[in-house]
Amino acid sequence: MSAPTRYFDDSVKGFITWSIIWGTISVVVGILISLQLAWPQLNVAPYLTYGRLRPIHTNAGIFGWGIGSFIGLFFYITQRLTKTSLWSPGLARVTLWLFNIGIASAAVTLAMGINRTKEYAELEWPLAVVVAIIWVLFSINVFMTIFKRKEEQMYISLWYIMAALVGVTVLYVVNNLGVPLHLFKSYPIFAGTNDANVQWWYGHNAVAMVLTAPPLALFYYFLPKVTGNPIFSHRMGIIAFWSLIFMYLWTGAHHLLWTPVPDWIQTLAMAFSIMLIAPSWGAVMNGYLTMNGRWDQMKTNYLVKFLITGITFYGLQTLQGPMQSIRSFSAFIHYTDWVPGHVHMGTLGWVSMIIFAAVYYTTTKMCETEIYSVKLADTHFWLVLVGQLIYSITMWIAGVQQGSMLLATNTDGTLHYSFMETMIAIMPYYKIRAISGIIYLVGLVLFIYNIYKTYQKSAVSQTAKA
Amino acid sequence: MLEKNPVIFIILAFVVIMIGTSVTMIAPFKWINGPGDRIAEVKPYTPLQQEGRDLYMREGCNNCHSQTVRTLASDVERYGYGGSYSKSGEFVYDRPHLWGSRRTGPDLAHIGLKFPDPNGAWHRKHMANPQSVVPASNMPSYAFLNKALDTTYSERKMKLLGFPYTQADLDELKGKSEMDAIIAYMRKLGTDIPVKKVEAPAVVSAQSNPFTDLKAIEEEAEALYKKHCASCHGEKREGTLGPALKGSAKPEAELFKLIAQGVEAKGMPGFSGSLDEQKIWKLVTYIKLDAK
Repeated sequence: MSAPTRYFDDSVKGFITWSIIWGTISVVVGILISLQLAWPQLNVAPYLTYGRLRPIHTNAGIFGWGIGSFIGLFFYITQRLTKTSLWSPGLARVTLWLFNIGIASAAVTLAMGINRTKEYAELEWPLAVVVAIIWVLFSINVFMTIFKRKEEQMYISLWYIMAALVGVTVLYVVNNLGVPLHLFKSYPIFAGTNDANVQWWYGHNAVAMVLTAPPLALFYYFLPKVTGNPIFSHRMGIIAFWSLIFMYLWTGAHHLLWTPVPDWIQTLAMAFSIMLIAPSWGAVMNGYLTMNGRWDQMKTNYLVKFLITGITFYGLQTLQGPMQSIRSFSAFIHYTDWVPGHVHMGTLGWVSMIIFAAVYYTTTKMCETEIYSVKLADTHFWLVLVGQLIYSITMWIAGVQQGSMLLATNTDGTLHYSFMETMIAIMPYYKIRAISGIIYLVGLVLFIYNIYKTYQKSAVSQTAKA
Repeated sequence: MLEKNPVIFIILAFVVIMIGTSVTMIAPFKWINGPGDRIAEVKPYTPLQQEGRDLYMREGCNNCHSQTVRTLASDVERYGYGGSYSKSGEFVYDRPHLWGSRRTGPDLAHIGLKFPDPNGAWHRKHMANPQSVVPASNMPSYAFLNKALDTTYSERKMKLLGFPYTQADLDELKGKSEMDAIIAYMRKLGTDIPVKKVEAPAVVSAQSNPFTDLKAIEEEAEALYKKHCASCHGEKREGTLGPALKGSAKPEAELFKLIAQGVEAKGMPGFSGSLDEQKIWKLVTYIKLDAK
């Protein structure tokens, strides 16, 4: 005999809205820097040069779009899965303010050249502290909601969320340890090869704890919601979960093959990267088998399209990744454009597809209305799919071509091509890549328009009701 | 149990992620940068070099340039510049490391070995206007580094990093530009470990140019010239950073020796490490084109 639980969704909406804004900025900056690679005169010194803009692109994407939308969506699904209202809506509002101040300051300071240079941990120490505070405030809110929950069982999505809470905290704090020189400059406590090893332990597990566990949490929640089919196997989900979070932490050094990092660390990283195929595909197969007998929904339900295409890219990503972790293959494609091709299949194809589906679904639920236009959503789907495929495929071709040219030697052992010859060869691909980014951006604009119109529609119907 | 108690779950998740972390990230501290890694010749950065390194970070150079010559023959050949592959001991003073992850531009771990010129004339011209020396380059212009270097924190940086310095080192900062600093940094990269000088072929004078007919080798010779010489001597041998070669009156044997050994004092690198005798003779023939 209790009143139905009231869910607090204001911060969900806030985080989703702002994450879309930061995500759009990331894509726009991405297009600009892709154009700069083809036309260097587009660099506007000093603030808008490639070296300063690229960290803005990656940080806005990972922290603004990725983490921002995950925080919002986790507030949403944690409340539903625990049948409990958010522990502290006030704290969530504070978190959103801090988040926006943090990301905006990140963009400004990076443009000013305040940059630690460690990839995805570029922010100088005061901002790194802000990021850590945001994450801890968010973690406390989610964890306390789980702690006082009304639903006894913790569904698998909550597992992935909790692993991310712990994992991101450990990774981010350790890789940011440093000694401040002044407010805008610090030096890491690690040096040289140690610093590189810590960095890629962080870098690769940021992929695990930000770009894998959270979208998997969303996937496990939204696929059954959207299709009405229960998840195929809870047990498979559990096994895949524990083996995933166990194996990932060994693999960082596959970013450092053939470098001075000790060989045994490289070899362990290589072996565990291959082993990771199993838990990754555990999740993929769980998704596919959930669709058993209901594959017709791929045609009839626009959200299923996003989710299943997304998990398919996750499957491809987790086959390609281990392949790149093998020494001989790494020698060939590392440091080439193959790698950005790989990364963007993960971020644009896998992570963003899942977020798009989750945002469409939660928006209609929170607005208590249907989506403004399914047709627009379908067009959005095809544009982002085509944009991403053109991006990744051209970069893979460019990577293979440049990789083979860089390795080519003459019969006397001298190099066959100069560095510039290899660069001239891949220039056409840079131009195609910029176009692919523009296609993706058009898709993104349709998405934003559709969400905006859905909110507007709901506002109108609310007024009508009143 | 696990499915019902979030506190135990969080602790267990923490333990699980710490296993791989302990083996591959924490345990290596015992060996990396230890006595086994140290290389006696590798010196810490001077105040000017460290300022240059901080500018390299400010401009995000690491987004396009890596700093590790891998243990691959093609890497050593292309980026070793006469040195070897990168060793852990070369990086013990690097906080942070700047190894990078993408070679949009070439690796710079040993860039200091590439041009012997002490004034860094090539770098100066290249940084200000990359396309003036490498026409197809997609590197942005860094002409804006031609401004006074801020040395407010230079001494404090040395103290914080624990690098030794003298008053003379600090005096060296006076009147320097940001460009001076970043070039000082680049000129240090890879130069601490002595490089075995490759001797030019011994009996040059006894040999004569086997390629008397330019027509037969023109295409290859022109390609070689563009690849190795044009960035300093101009596309049409008109001379830019280096002297004009058009109508050179130098005897062929002397040209051969210059290309093979270089002229350290003038910043001309030697090519005997990267070009075989046949190719050097082809270049000689190409350079002497108008004299015939």
